[in-house]
Amino acid sequence: MTGLPAWAALLTALLVVLGAGLALTGSLGLLRLGSFYERVHAPTLGATLGTGCIVVASILCFSVLQSGPVLQALLIGVLSTITTPISLIVLIAAARQRDRLDGSGSG
Amino acid sequence: MSTAILAWCILAAQIMLALGMGCAAFRMLWGPRAQDRVLGLDTLGVNAMLLLLTFGIRTASALYFEAALVIALLGFVGTLALAKFLLRGEVIE
Repeated sequence: MTGLPAWAALLTALLVVLGAGLALTGSLGLLRLGSFYERVHAPTLGATLGTGCIVVASILCFSVLQSGPVLQALLIGVLSTITTPISLIVLIAAARQRDRLDGSGSG
Repeated sequence: MSTAILAWCILAAQIMLALGMGCAAFRMLWGPRAQDRVLGLDTLGVNAMLLLLTFGIRTASALYFEAALVIALLGFVGTLALAKFLLRGEVIE
């Protein structure tokens, strides 16, 4: 990253720190919130906006370095945005079924 | 000057992501129920993927993209398989 102009370096730094801060906030929420249904909201912060910020920073850095569009990282952003709701909806369905089975069982 | 700022910011971001991975690992190891552990594993995978992307920016090498992509795909498939197992008791019916 030695050949990076100042504006690109500063913008990349800002986006990377923003994305990492969002991911840390989501993980702290996963640690601190009370019930499972509250906790399942928190990591989506890092999985969508945090990933988006770091992917944009990566695209910016590599595109400026190689003086042309380098859009490989966009694949990661699109993949993460599509897959996170799917897996979490299935997980919530599983949790609801487990809670229902526990409620109607011996307890 | 600006590259030094970028290097320090990437280091700070990596420390933040490592702390996030620690939180997710705590939830994965001491989660009260199985769904909490699956959620912790998913978050751990997302944070590891972001950490690999920051490594790629720091070293200006495109090799880390592939590793991050593989971690994202395997994290999705793993979370889906574990959630399906919790839902049905078996993965492939």
